[in-house]
Amino acid sequence: MQEVELQDILTAREDGDYIINIGPQHPSTHGVLRFVVSLKGEMLEYVIPHCGYIHRGIEKMCERLTYPQIIHLTDRMDYLSAHMNNEAVSLLVEKATGVEVPERVKYIRTILSELQRIQSHQLWWAAFGMDMGGLTCFFYGLRDREKILDIFEESFGSRLLHSYICPGGLMNDIHPNFQKRTKEFIKYFRKKLPEFDELLTGNIIFEMRTKGMGVLSKEEAISYGLTGPPGRASNFACDIRKLYPYSAYDKVDFKEILYTEGDTWARYKVRMDEMWESMKIIEQLIDNIPEGDFTAKMKPVIRLPEGEYSQRVETARGELGVYVVSKGEKTPYRMHFRTPNFSNLFVMNRLAAGNKIADLIAISGSLDLVIPDIDR
Amino acid sequence: MPFNIYDFSGTTKAIDQFLYAKMAPTWAFITELAIVGIIILLFYAVIGLYLVYLERKVCAFMQNRVGPNRVGKWGLFQTIADLIKLLMKELITIRKADKLLFNVAPFIVIIASFMAIAAIPFAKGLHAVDFNIGVFYMMAVSSIGVIGILLAGWSSNSKYSLIGAMRSGAQVVSYELSVGLALLSVVIFSGSMQLSTIVESQANGWWIFKGHIPAIISFIIFLIASTAEINRGPFDLAEAESELTAGFHTEYSGIRFAFFFLGEYMNMFIVASLAATVFLGGWMPLHIGNLQGFNHVMDFIPPIFWYFGKTIFIMYLIMWFKWTFPRLRIDQLLTLEWKYLLPINLVNILIISFIVLMGWYIK
Repeated sequence: MQEVELQDILTAREDGDYIINIGPQHPSTHGVLRFVVSLKGEMLEYVIPHCGYIHRGIEKMCERLTYPQIIHLTDRMDYLSAHMNNEAVSLLVEKATGVEVPERVKYIRTILSELQRIQSHQLWWAAFGMDMGGLTCFFYGLRDREKILDIFEESFGSRLLHSYICPGGLMNDIHPNFQKRTKEFIKYFRKKLPEFDELLTGNIIFEMRTKGMGVLSKEEAISYGLTGPPGRASNFACDIRKLYPYSAYDKVDFKEILYTEGDTWARYKVRMDEMWESMKIIEQLIDNIPEGDFTAKMKPVIRLPEGEYSQRVETARGELGVYVVSKGEKTPYRMHFRTPNFSNLFVMNRLAAGNKIADLIAISGSLDLVIPDIDR
Repeated sequence: MPFNIYDFSGTTKAIDQFLYAKMAPTWAFITELAIVGIIILLFYAVIGLYLVYLERKVCAFMQNRVGPNRVGKWGLFQTIADLIKLLMKELITIRKADKLLFNVAPFIVIIASFMAIAAIPFAKGLHAVDFNIGVFYMMAVSSIGVIGILLAGWSSNSKYSLIGAMRSGAQVVSYELSVGLALLSVVIFSGSMQLSTIVESQANGWWIFKGHIPAIISFIIFLIASTAEINRGPFDLAEAESELTAGFHTEYSGIRFAFFFLGEYMNMFIVASLAATVFLGGWMPLHIGNLQGFNHVMDFIPPIFWYFGKTIFIMYLIMWFKWTFPRLRIDQLLTLEWKYLLPINLVNILIISFIVLMGWYIK
């Protein structure tokens, strides 16, 4: 099927088309996302993603909030990468004000980000399995994710929206049990991750449904602005942790997972392998957390000097960019988030058109969309 | 009244004679019909409810969960509580739905499974009707159910429902062939379509053992095809809740939904009993060659337990598929049937005919 631009589709829409709304309330969109799809029998003619159902105007709200307050809004974008979102704003503020955070903070931030990445991929795996019709996957994924959430809960009291990383360091020091429990988790999960493979990876039905489905070349991935696992599945080396190391990523040894196939299977495998890599990163850092303060000395009111600043981090879903224009106030003049899911979403028509309706679900599952991150 | 757990024909004959002695033949006949009807209806309801319970427990076992455990001991009354809830729910008919067809559809589904259950031999002498074309009857009746599904999808005035129904139509019609051919293999072996005769023919060994490898192939094909025919995972494309929300019964609520639900579980029971009857010897105990002691011990277990044991075993297999496999896509589903199962089945039938002709199977 040749590629069709969204605008062409909207004008080419005819009255006789069999149009179905998938969403905004649908079990497989994992939130209030809406796909308008046109069907010919089981075949998809085109897919138009409609977003904005939970647009909260976070970027506009940020203009009225101080930088420590903005942290709490960033949690609510990609709620499965809360730490990374917090970290992005914190890094930007630290860069702009020229504050050097203690080594301890950098280590802890990296460990937390990787734990968060594992947790996010576990939930993705669970939901992806469910999208493909394997309901048991959901419980296996959530069973192991619970262990990470327990670690989070013990250290900073919340399981989903942490607001733990703040400009200058951390809200408070980690719990004394943190290191012990994280090590226990890694030991536990190294045994349990092969179970994930047993349930889904080698399954003949799963392979038939994913291999060669929704293929995207490297050039297309770049032109669509794909980042994160979907980009790396198309052999596009876009890992910010490697390209522009921040926190303690320059001190650890890990591999950037790249696949050349660019299909649903590759996107699946990238995330499965990333879980192993994340565990490797945590293992390198967890025993070496230096002693010291959990926060740098910050001014009571943080003002960014006049100018434009940006910072990018790698969340579980791709590249998150934060862009701030400051007029020297305690609040930003303008703020913009370049969220990974927004770019990843609009490749849907390219990937799904011409395939079956069941493939739409598999492809959107493999992109791992988090809807609040699209809408902000 | 004579009662023998190993042979119910004495009991049923005694009831028959008692009724005909007490009243006019017409009334005796009507009373018999009523008794049989009520017993089957009650049996149907109890089996249906406890199958749902069984499925939830098995599913919980597969998923590291406990399952229902609040209502009654081990949650035994959970499904009954669910039924009461469903009975009290509002019946929603959406606008512009075809009211007549919409209301009739759940009954067609449930009546189809209800009719099929009448021909199943539960134990020696324990079946409502014993047709001489029992296998054919089961096939015919169970395929009525798909009409209910198609009507439900068509009359709902919902696009999701329509897609679900069309998928279901394509799927059931294709897989019926494989189910029929797989059953045909045992009909060739036993030389009869009567279910009771098929069971009797397995007194010295079940067909799955007596029929060499072709019978095993038939059994596996039957399991796959019948799982597809009753719309259960991994072939649950008609419902496919991650794609079509709930497929053909998206717009149904309350007891109408419960009918579809119950119908699905009863179909599973029927398919499992059919597999147990034709391949695993029905209510016949397991006998191994000339091991007299072993055979005696096996004979000691009443046939009704043998029957339910085998049926539950096959139902467990079907549940196992559902909870561990991802769903197929519609084209893969039809490819599996037309390109693999059907040709294998046809060749298999040919081989079986040859084996029977030469008398090579274990008699």
